[in-house]
Amino acid sequence: MIIGAKIFMIAGLFFFTTAAIGFLRFPDFYTRMHATAKGDTLGTLFFVIGLALYTLHHGFHWFSIVNSIKLISIAVFWFLASPTATHALLRSALESDLVPWTKDKKVIVAWPPKRRK
Amino acid sequence: MIQHQEDIIIQTVCRILIPFMQVYGLYVLAHGHGSPGGGFQGGCIFAASFILMPIAFDLAAFKKRFAEKRIILLCSLGVFIYAGIGWLCLLLGGNFLDYGELSAILPVDPVMARYYGIAIIETGVQITVMAVMVSIFINLITGGRHKEETQENYD
Repeated sequence: MIIGAKIFMIAGLFFFTTAAIGFLRFPDFYTRMHATAKGDTLGTLFFVIGLALYTLHHGFHWFSIVNSIKLISIAVFWFLASPTATHALLRSALESDLVPWTKDKKVIVAWPPKRRK
Repeated sequence: MIQHQEDIIIQTVCRILIPFMQVYGLYVLAHGHGSPGGGFQGGCIFAASFILMPIAFDLAAFKKRFAEKRIILLCSLGVFIYAGIGWLCLLLGGNFLDYGELSAILPVDPVMARYYGIAIIETGVQITVMAVMVSIFINLITGGRHKEETQENYD
């Protein structure tokens, strides 16, 4: 049980690290949000599952099983809420005409895109 | 000017999450005696679930369910519950909010009367906090006009 908890936590920390590196290294808002949202979501999922396994390492008492179920429900909530929040942020950036970054600073597609009324 | 645009992802996720948020707000309220939580925190979670509704859908659909008059009534109802329990203890011969005196009218001993008294006033705090947060939010996003921002308001 504790080995599984360690594996999950280290996997979670790996994804948190990639999210932080992506946030620091990527050039503009869209790519930064892409890296942060994906890394944070999966990192939190893995880390919370690791914590849920860790609460069970003394044995399957009623109290630790309830704690574990609460942690799993936090992970489910996070897995629904975090990508939606990122989606809302990116959509609001799109609607306020934030131009995406390109390598030669030329806009490839017509920007802002045409909106439906 | 910000135009409201419908988004099916945000609407679907809000439709799934809002009932669970409200149940969690009640859970935080009910566990306020023995663990972190209580009326204020539960009220904030409850208010967040109500604030998600005008963010994801439009304000008119929200006000159809939760009119401004009802919000103000809920504000005063929570304060009434809080102060009413306090004055009830005063009338029964104790100090203000001295819940032990409630054992005269509740069928429990003074220790459990304190427990239930705290639960009742926390419910009042939760109702007031929820209603005031929703009221502040609606006044902020509409500039006090209580109407959705449309082009007609500016023409």
